[in-house]
Amino acid sequence: MAAAKFDTPKMREYPSIPALQPDATAHLKSFLAAPEHNTFLGFPGELVENWQEKAIEKMGDLLGKYRGLRVFMDACVKCGSCTDKCHYFQGTSDPKNMPVARQDLLRSVYRRYFTFAGKFFPGLVGARDLTREVLDEWYNYFHQCSQCRRCSVFCPYGIDTAEVSMAAREIMDSIGYGQKYCNEILGKVQKVGNNLGLPGPALEATLEEFAEEISDDTGCNVEIPLDREGVDVLLITPSADFFAEPHIDGLMGYAKVFHAAGISWTLSSYASEAANFSMFIGSYSNMKKVAERIRKAALDLGVKRIIVGECGHAWRVAYSFWNTLAGIGSGGDDPYAQQLQKQLDHSYPIPQHICEFTWDLIQQGKLKFDKSQNDHRVVTFHDSCNVARATRMGTEPGGQFDIPRNVIKAVCNNYVDMAPDTIREVTYCCGGGGGLLTDDLMELRVKGALPRMEALKKVIDEDKVNAMAAICAICKAQFTKIMPYYGIPMDTIVSLHQLVKDAIILPGQGEEEAEPAAEATE
Amino acid sequence: MSFLTVLYALLFYTATALFIVGLAYKIRQYATTPAPLKIPTTPAPTTTGGVVFRMAREVVLFESLFKSNKWIWLFGWMFHVALALVILRHFRYFQEPVWGIISFIQPFGMYAGFFMVLGLLGLWVRRLFVERIRYITNPSDHLMLALLVGIGVSGLMMKFVRHTDIVMVKAFFLGLMRFDLQPLPNDGPLLVHLALVALLLIVFPFSKLLHAPGVFFSPTRNQVDNPRERRHLAPWAAELDK
Repeated sequence: MAAAKFDTPKMREYPSIPALQPDATAHLKSFLAAPEHNTFLGFPGELVENWQEKAIEKMGDLLGKYRGLRVFMDACVKCGSCTDKCHYFQGTSDPKNMPVARQDLLRSVYRRYFTFAGKFFPGLVGARDLTREVLDEWYNYFHQCSQCRRCSVFCPYGIDTAEVSMAAREIMDSIGYGQKYCNEILGKVQKVGNNLGLPGPALEATLEEFAEEISDDTGCNVEIPLDREGVDVLLITPSADFFAEPHIDGLMGYAKVFHAAGISWTLSSYASEAANFSMFIGSYSNMKKVAERIRKAALDLGVKRIIVGECGHAWRVAYSFWNTLAGIGSGGDDPYAQQLQKQLDHSYPIPQHICEFTWDLIQQGKLKFDKSQNDHRVVTFHDSCNVARATRMGTEPGGQFDIPRNVIKAVCNNYVDMAPDTIREVTYCCGGGGGLLTDDLMELRVKGALPRMEALKKVIDEDKVNAMAAICAICKAQFTKIMPYYGIPMDTIVSLHQLVKDAIILPGQGEEEAEPAAEATE
Repeated sequence: MSFLTVLYALLFYTATALFIVGLAYKIRQYATTPAPLKIPTTPAPTTTGGVVFRMAREVVLFESLFKSNKWIWLFGWMFHVALALVILRHFRYFQEPVWGIISFIQPFGMYAGFFMVLGLLGLWVRRLFVERIRYITNPSDHLMLALLVGIGVSGLMMKFVRHTDIVMVKAFFLGLMRFDLQPLPNDGPLLVHLALVALLLIVFPFSKLLHAPGVFFSPTRNQVDNPRERRHLAPWAAELDK
């Protein structure tokens, strides 16, 4: 199916709140999952006959399992605080992309079936029967939410639309109405080990090529090991790092950091994926299964540390959920968690983000850089939503903002931030997160990127920025694709560890040169 | 004993019972529903003390709303603070002797009534005229504002326009608390005021007013950011490890 034509939104000189255009994106519907994608994950293959009854039953089940959902369904007062905060609303003007309106698609049904007021006075409180129209509205608009949590920052009760959209997707999956992009990928990661479906031998060959490229460039024997037992570190990174640009350059950056620090490491072919799309569809059981692959790989390979590569939602799952799901962390006193804990080295954070790792080495003076190698760049940093609003790095709240910037500043001379209301805690989503990075949603992806593109354009014009670093595989893939729509060169987006890769000087590198340009950083 | 007195006595007994039982039911529901995953909106405090401080800023200052929209914050905060003062001021109808602090705040509570109504009207004007907020408004949202404005205006009427025999009112409520009915003055604004307050108590556990207890149970605000250091496991999730 050829994608319908659409207009790229015009950049606004002074970003303002758009006037409502009801149903502007009502036509945007990502592809439905095929029966085999659904059944593999334990969902019915197709929409079940008594779907309405089953959906309400599932909603009741989730209300009893998730306090967040329970509170979020009741607590909204319709104050309007979140209405202008969503990038999809700003880019599409569709009122159902206002966070509260999106939540209300589910809340209206909750009220009808689970509250006194909704049962007896539906018109008064905006309660609706779960009809086929409502179900389709759920499908379309809950797949127009990237679960970036920007709205939850501004809600006086902390209502998180991400949680609501996860619940809605879980309900839809439970009645056989799943989305192709997420469910197909979740099958691949569980069957093959990564979202790409890249089998072990192919992965090995790819990694060898990259290692050769680095070794040729530097004259040092840099390796990218796979399935090597007894090493210190297991690196879990998004599989996009193995094939996409600019992701690959980031992977080579990690490899150079490990080499320079003299720390032994490996990738795993069994767990060759940091991403865990189960989070996007709210499936606890699938999320646990995917996380347990990492646990198994760590146990099999006998590693002491687990480090996670540049990926936003993956870092959320790793940082916030791995300990819960698979005992990858500290402090568990149950036998299940203790098995792994005994093996891991608790003097390092478990798991550790690659930026935490690199920054720690920089602070210890273990890495050398030639910052001038990045002098052709003026760099800015895009805070990825899941890293910014659902995780931390380091020991202090906000470390997830400062540590990546610290690393960039340690390897680049020219750094500027984008406007304060578009970064850090209130950063804008790239427009492709949360299971929306699929071609059938291209119109949404382009429009949803508007606020970020405006902020970027401003620093391009005013500060001559020509590189935007990111630490998320989805952000990098999304920007590469949509920047041209806004007249911004696609290579403006770079991996953070690509900047590290370009500036780092490996031990012994360039020793035969007459004038080493090496400059040690503190 | 007049019919009116008995009617209002029954109304308040019923309303209070519904309020307490309904609210207790919802609070128990919130408290016993597990939060299986760590989902604080970060940056979040890393200690329990920090979470208490974050929650206090949220509840007392409406921190998140302030970040979002200064107009909603101004009207919303004004209304809530004024309402708190007004409610405290009303404690004097339920206690004998009256606490010193309650006597002290009487004049503040009196004028707070105006700010309460002003805040509500500000929110109502936005609800009517800001397109985005009008879009998300249900009839019940208008009715809730009407109810609260009605309570505020009828209360102000009694203070500043047509005085009620508050000694009798106080005797009525002290009597209610001791199950010893005393006559209620037959006074228009008072009867309207009390009927609306009873209605508010009744709808509280069934409406969006549940945001008041709800905010304390919101996992995005009340969780400590320590998932790497502590294994957080809900009972139903722990079953899956077996």
